[in-house]
Amino acid sequence: MFAALHNPGNAEAEPALLALAQELTPLFEHTLPNTVVLDMEGFERLLGPPATMAAALDARARERALMLHIAVAANPDAAVQASLRFPGVTVVPAGEEARWLGPLEIERLPLTPEMLETLDRWGIRTFAEFAALPVLGIATRFGQDGVYLQKLARGEQPRPLVPWRPEFVFARRDELEHAIELLEPLLFVLGRQLSEICAELNSHGLATHEIHVTLGLDGGAEDKRTLRLPVPVAASAPLLKLVQLELEAHRPPAAILAIALEAIPVAPRRLQTGLFVPQAPEPAKLELTLRRIAKLVGEENVGTPSIPDTHRPGAFRMERAQRFETSAASPPQRLALALRVFRPPLRADVQSAEGMPVAVRAPGVRGKVVRRAGPWRTSGDWWRSDAWHRDEWDLGLSDGALYRVYWDERERAWFVEGRYD
Amino acid sequence: MAAALAHPASLLALHQTARTISATGVSGFDAVAGGLPEGAITEVFGAPSSGRTSLGLGLLASATQQGKVCAWIDIDDRFSPAAAEESGTRLNNVVWVRCRGNAGHGFKAADLLLHGGGFGLIVMDLCDVPRRVLQAVPLSYWYRFRRAVESTPTSFLVLSAEPQARSTATLLVETRRAGARFAGKPRFELLRSMDVELTARKPVRAGNGSLVCSAA
Repeated sequence: MFAALHNPGNAEAEPALLALAQELTPLFEHTLPNTVVLDMEGFERLLGPPATMAAALDARARERALMLHIAVAANPDAAVQASLRFPGVTVVPAGEEARWLGPLEIERLPLTPEMLETLDRWGIRTFAEFAALPVLGIATRFGQDGVYLQKLARGEQPRPLVPWRPEFVFARRDELEHAIELLEPLLFVLGRQLSEICAELNSHGLATHEIHVTLGLDGGAEDKRTLRLPVPVAASAPLLKLVQLELEAHRPPAAILAIALEAIPVAPRRLQTGLFVPQAPEPAKLELTLRRIAKLVGEENVGTPSIPDTHRPGAFRMERAQRFETSAASPPQRLALALRVFRPPLRADVQSAEGMPVAVRAPGVRGKVVRRAGPWRTSGDWWRSDAWHRDEWDLGLSDGALYRVYWDERERAWFVEGRYD
Repeated sequence: MAAALAHPASLLALHQTARTISATGVSGFDAVAGGLPEGAITEVFGAPSSGRTSLGLGLLASATQQGKVCAWIDIDDRFSPAAAEESGTRLNNVVWVRCRGNAGHGFKAADLLLHGGGFGLIVMDLCDVPRRVLQAVPLSYWYRFRRAVESTPTSFLVLSAEPQARSTATLLVETRRAGARFAGKPRFELLRSMDVELTARKPVRAGNGSLVCSAA
């Protein structure tokens, strides 16, 4: 037995409706705005038959100054439709759902626009008319969705409720009696807050992939930080270490008077690993390692390289390392000749004869040209201020090494781009 | 026991573990030692333009294509993502650490990555680090690296101009450029490829090999 409570008034009364539903039973569904469905299984012993039960619910609602439409039926959807259509208290007897729902307009069903248009062409206007159509014909024309909707129209569609759960907030805030100026006592408070939050997350079977740290500073200002993780984590130790590394890298500008922490809950990571899949770094541990390295060399100098969609020589992007491909593929068929790139390119003094370089001198590079290949002219991005236009040469110098040297037409200068190795 | 006391070197053999050597698919390199030893330090050294980086990128490409996650510690910012992709590397399986000439940061990053675990291949590029800087690196660093890597399936590859890891390296390979091939008519030539000879310096009984590094 299910009872649908619909508040036809304004939406501001919805918290009161939810509070009433929570007071009556922990198992209820927030089906629509201003509408809840209660599982009344077992309430007969407490409240009596359905009519008495509905009257008791109405009385409880009136105590809270809620004027509700209340409908009791054998399945949730029949109860909802009845509560939406009929004011006051309605009891739909078991087996008579089709008769009660029959007069309702067909638009009340969750039909697609195409189905609605088709039914409109057939002259179907009410639940009863739709319910009277042959099931086989509905299945042929609309598939399983049509059969499901017809069962709804007949009030015959049983289903379990999707229980409503309050939105959990995993947050802590501490106001301090004395301002904190050192990292260690700050971490002590943060560690406790994180431990409590992680315990709560674990108790709900959740994890977090984002943490918001808000530090109330001496003087009234606030220092807000957001830490994002590549995978959800529900252990406090790696989270505390991440917060520590963040605070060490970017110190708060003033003493701290308040500490607030909020974790955004997400479903935990579930991974099925194979026996023969190559190992990969554990994500939370890798994140910590990369943060530690970033602290040494700078955040912009650690990550995964990628090549943007351009022909510009040497163009690359540094991205956050987070998604690895562990599937195996066939090994490369040939070994490519690698260029060791000088960043920035070395400005060079090049002697030429008959338009060809014969000697090169640059910081760390000096020699006569013993073998040359080129020029290979490239240009691009002519519509931008940083366009390039250059003639590339591959030069073997008397120092025994092979270099890529180019004449930059825009700079009117020679540069050594790199050394082949 | 008496025999062991008479020959103390035999005790050392007790601590030597059998290493897994994984074939890399780089035929010339596999001919030298059968592949890349896991849980060990491998060093590739040679003069500039001798093919060290091409070989390193070939091994990186092979490891990433096997689905391994790799790291490239780039002391002097010489790594070219375009060259790595040209060699067949899955760039999204590579963690690139740019040290901008600070060798100290590079050694610390290597230590963190080795202890972090989970990497299939970690490459440390020391090719352009000045000799005086490398001479100041204590040998204990290399022992620490060997200790960190030996119980893992990670291969630690060092690219350098001269041998640095000394006794801690399990495999030591020297590269030498045998020649460069140019194609085309005089005055309109293009660099096509470079021939590289590989010689195993440790273990001495390992073979030799050769590579052809092709330009794009």
